[in-house]
Amino acid sequence: MTHYLEFEKPLAEIEGKAEELRALARANEEMDVEQEAAGLDKKAATMLVDLYKNLSPWRKCQVARHPDRPHCKDYINALFKEYTPLAGDRNFADDHAVMGGLARLGDTAVMVIGHEKGNDTKTRIERNFGMARPEGYRKAIRLMEMADKFGLPIITLVDTPGAYPGKGAEERGQSEAIARSTEKCLQVKVPLISVIIGEGGSGGAVAFATGNKILMLEHSIYSVISPEGCASILWKDAEKMREAAEALRLTAQDLLKLGVADTVIKEPVGGAQRDRTAAIEAVGRALETTLAELLKKKPDALVKDRRKKYLDLGSKGLAA
Amino acid sequence: MNWITNYVRPTINSLFSRREVPDNLWTKCPECGTMLFHRELSENLNVCTGCDHHMALAPRERFEALFDGGIFAEIEVPAAVADPLHFRDQKKYPDRMKDARKKTGEKDAMLVVEGEIGRTSVVAAGQDFSFMGGSMGMYVGNAIIAGAERAVALKRPFILFSAAGGARMQEGILSLMQMPRTTVAVEMLREANLPYIVVLTHPTTGGVTASYAMLGDVQIAEPNALIGFAGTRVIEQTIREKLPEGFQRSEYLLDHGMLDRVTHRKDLREELITITRMLMGLPPAVMGELPKPDTNSKTDDQPDGTPAEDAKK
Repeated sequence: MTHYLEFEKPLAEIEGKAEELRALARANEEMDVEQEAAGLDKKAATMLVDLYKNLSPWRKCQVARHPDRPHCKDYINALFKEYTPLAGDRNFADDHAVMGGLARLGDTAVMVIGHEKGNDTKTRIERNFGMARPEGYRKAIRLMEMADKFGLPIITLVDTPGAYPGKGAEERGQSEAIARSTEKCLQVKVPLISVIIGEGGSGGAVAFATGNKILMLEHSIYSVISPEGCASILWKDAEKMREAAEALRLTAQDLLKLGVADTVIKEPVGGAQRDRTAAIEAVGRALETTLAELLKKKPDALVKDRRKKYLDLGSKGLAA
Repeated sequence: MNWITNYVRPTINSLFSRREVPDNLWTKCPECGTMLFHRELSENLNVCTGCDHHMALAPRERFEALFDGGIFAEIEVPAAVADPLHFRDQKKYPDRMKDARKKTGEKDAMLVVEGEIGRTSVVAAGQDFSFMGGSMGMYVGNAIIAGAERAVALKRPFILFSAAGGARMQEGILSLMQMPRTTVAVEMLREANLPYIVVLTHPTTGGVTASYAMLGDVQIAEPNALIGFAGTRVIEQTIREKLPEGFQRSEYLLDHGMLDRVTHRKDLREELITITRMLMGLPPAVMGELPKPDTNSKTDDQPDGTPAEDAKK
């Protein structure tokens, strides 16, 4: 069943009607509804294109968080061969909000690391909705160190509302873990490519997304704070999230202008959730191109370029 | 000042518990409620003489007390793009900046300087919580980078006093990008084998804690400072339980292995001198403050306060 977003309600009605007609026709063979249904399909298709042509920042947030969007696990299963998960931070626990391990992209052995949100109640709880604890970041650090040691490129898939705000997480050094993970990203002498596949939530995202190249899906977001959080602090009203989403410039398109994102990967019409295969394939192609480009660089140049990228960032602002 | 302003007036004030204190000569300790005379308070580095509560101390005042003879030189920080996102909430960002500049007399929330403490050359950076909550934007990032570059050029240790609610939302993603940017600055120090010492002051939270403020070679905190990633209220709402007494405070972090030391503000200077000198391979500082017990020594008659000097002299 399709999960419709609030702004897709009119679309849901039309598609629902078409579906109803076809169901009727199946029950009653004498009815011929195909023409009418096809008309509705066409109307729905036009509406979908229109809706997604100019998504407002707040709508983008909703799409980025869409439960049917392909998640980290889907990308890993579809794009990588010989995926061998590696677990644990060797100190405290294995954080299921972060998955990672050895894998092959094409023939190239890589280290892939990402946030996994889960796709039903059970797995969402298991994955803590993609909110990592210090163990998750420390696992990532360990895997990045291993990749660095054996010269394997690192690919991170970012999709998190943010780092987990919990008691134990604070006690075990959530901020230190994030800071060290960001630091590790800056140190490794192998290519580091980050793909923001959905939500790039604040420091929890930075810890994985400090890379040579940042790729963002067309309807993904990356922000210092959630629009709801920003609205409740600056507007003193969490309901002003539309305004906050607008002001924060968190869309892939704005981030490309600001130089934070290097590439925006086009999504199928209606978002990655409507055609998961096409979305995953698009990410695969972008990864292959970017990796081939980065593999030409020497280890020291990779470190130097990465640092320069961040030092130079923001010197122009949003060219209005 | 006569005894009327020094004694009688505050007594009357406290008796009638007037909320407005004329001329801001008196500060009420938020912790124990004692009325503190401003000069006494600033001489005590804004620490309550009654209960030792550490109040905010602006970087400029801190550096005046920290550096030998109160002398330091500011390091120039490259200007940041003003209002890079054209951000507007209930107020325009440039207006908020104007207000903060007027209120503090500072350019932005970070002051970077160089000078000597106990005749030990250092570069220091101080974050100003009174400037938009000390929030980290492009300028703060530029300041830390400028400080680190200067420290590397002069081969000096870098001491950073943090105080911030986190990233500056009005600079959106660019404020978030100060996390990796400032981490690059920390990397520069690390590669030059220069000590990077962080002193966490109240409060240090959010993206600031999750980047440069937690990456020091030595992590010191002032007593009872709030230090953490997420806000206390957010955590309580998430886990739906009350947090323990002292949660996210310096002493709690020390107990959980997240800090090296918790140090009273009055002891900080000496401690920083001791640590930086050891890490820099310098001989111990000669602390000239205390008179020697030897009665024959002429130094007894000399006034106190001789600055510490290099033993190699």
